[in-house]
Amino acid sequence: MVIENAVSAEEIKVNAAKMHISTTDVAIDIIAMHKWYGEFHVLKDINLKVMRGERIVICGPSGSGKSTMIRCINRLEEHQKGKIIVDGKELTNDLKKIDEVRREVGMVFQHFNLFPHLTILENCTLAPIWVRKTPKKQAEEIAMHFLKRVKIPEQANKYPGQLSGGQQQRVAIARSLCMNPRIMLFDEPTSALDPEMIKEVLETMVGLAEEGMTMLCVTHEMGFARKVANRVIFMDQGQIVEQNTPAEFFDHPRHERTKLFLSQILH
Amino acid sequence: MQEHDMSWVRTEMALAQPAPAGVVGFGAWVRKNLIASAGDTILTIVGIALVVMILPQIINWAFIDAVWTGPNRTVCATVAQGGIQPDGWSGACWAFVNAKFGQIMFGTYPVEERWRPILVGILLVVLLLPMLIPSVPRKGLNALLLIVVFPIVSFFLLVGGAFGLEHVETARWGGLLVTLSLSFVAIVVSLPLGIVLALGRRSRMPVVKMLCVIFIEAVRGIPLITVLFMASVMLPLFLPPGVTFDKYLRALIGVSLFAAAYMAEVVRGGLQAIPKGQYEGADSLGLGYWQKMYLIVMPQALKLVIPGIVNTFIGMFKDTSLVTIISMFDLLGIVKQNFSDANWATAQTARSGLIFAAFVFWLFCFGMSRYSMYTERRLDTGHKR
Repeated sequence: MVIENAVSAEEIKVNAAKMHISTTDVAIDIIAMHKWYGEFHVLKDINLKVMRGERIVICGPSGSGKSTMIRCINRLEEHQKGKIIVDGKELTNDLKKIDEVRREVGMVFQHFNLFPHLTILENCTLAPIWVRKTPKKQAEEIAMHFLKRVKIPEQANKYPGQLSGGQQQRVAIARSLCMNPRIMLFDEPTSALDPEMIKEVLETMVGLAEEGMTMLCVTHEMGFARKVANRVIFMDQGQIVEQNTPAEFFDHPRHERTKLFLSQILH
Repeated sequence: MQEHDMSWVRTEMALAQPAPAGVVGFGAWVRKNLIASAGDTILTIVGIALVVMILPQIINWAFIDAVWTGPNRTVCATVAQGGIQPDGWSGACWAFVNAKFGQIMFGTYPVEERWRPILVGILLVVLLLPMLIPSVPRKGLNALLLIVVFPIVSFFLLVGGAFGLEHVETARWGGLLVTLSLSFVAIVVSLPLGIVLALGRRSRMPVVKMLCVIFIEAVRGIPLITVLFMASVMLPLFLPPGVTFDKYLRALIGVSLFAAAYMAEVVRGGLQAIPKGQYEGADSLGLGYWQKMYLIVMPQALKLVIPGIVNTFIGMFKDTSLVTIISMFDLLGIVKQNFSDANWATAQTARSGLIFAAFVFWLFCFGMSRYSMYTERRLDTGHKR
């Protein structure tokens, strides 16, 4: 899928340079991490260092552990071995630390996971009010700001069920942004969308990338990967098989499994 | 072979048109629902015939031939039975209900003190009505008054023994007073307790989980009659001599715990229907366990199980009449007790009394049912996920 009217990779690089993003600052550090589901070894020896402001796209066949890996980063899944350090805080069983990490890490899901009993505005203000203790008025101003950014301020008083899939996903992005996260995780954000809705969501994500947000995206949108990512990671059988810059990754894949995967999806 | 034209382009988009006649309106409704087929038509005719045959008799008995007032049984008995009605007369004896109305409402609560339960009733209506109407503001204060302040005030008003009020033993309570007070307490206690039990049963903490499972399964496995009977007959055996435990209080605890166990399973059903994504959405925003439950999961789960909750409420409301077996007189018990009053023994007494009791039960249950349907519609934001 190619994004038309999207900002080119060069432009993004220029923008990033303008904002003086420090590449020495580590946002996420995963060291020799393993995970089992019962007896099943789902993630094997994951090593990944993500710098602040970096945009990483993770791809791979289904069941390769991509989603599980990024869900470990905000502890929706528990890892059993190795270390995950997010924003300087190591993830352990310490519930306080977990909540601290979750406050700083936004997540966008494949099925949006909006709260259907709350209006769009309430969806966006809930966490700031209850977790960050922001006054309601201020939380609403912040929410409207981000709803404007994802271009649906007029839907603020509707319920999620009244919106299209693409609109719901943009609300989900706005909802995460209202918590002012330092890192955003995207778990197949466009996989459940109708073809006509994918573009509007990708454009929102491109906009975020331009602003220098640290992003990890599990996605099959190769056009997005090429244009926005600094690095593409390919996973298979629960391990990282190959990683490279998008240009190198797509044009000169090195591992046999990567070549096979790319030949399957790029037709 | 016939050739198809493969290429075609719409030049104008079709406009929406009104539905053709015969699809909407009264005529269409009759055609669709009453006389759609030969079988339907026959059923419609049989149905109308049954209504025409039965309804006039019921109306005659309950209204036209009914006796509304009178001093004693003579007004409701035929001449042959020692009364004043002509032979072959059959009508409702509302005079009986009328004469016993005070008892049916309050049991043997002292007549000069009956302003107290009446005041409690008025308080209940004054606090409950604004609670039920969504547009009335200050729901938090209202709920506090209704659920915390009202029971305390009612307790002192009804039991007395303080503030210069004469003490009235619960043994003298009866009728609608017992039915409503038991049900109100059981409802107020069982819903929160049921929610806690349901959460406990789904808890990851093994001890909490086990305790909840044991409580729920034990209580659900025993008939309410047994619970009440044991509370009334067996409990004194285990208490040291001299320690008594008010019978009404025992029934209250029995009914409340019983209802809570059922409520827990209803609520658990709702919890299980909430998709995992809702929990994850809440987790990913950094909400804590109780915030997640209170803000995200419970509002959705409880909305889903409103029919089940109200079902339990209604069942519980009617089950309160089982307290008769521990010789407490609820609405039904007091009506039945009055059948033995020689002053009112006629062929119509039992019938009229039971129908009146049934009507009062039905009135409350139907009210709850309609209100729950209204709430379901009001809370419906349309779509799942």
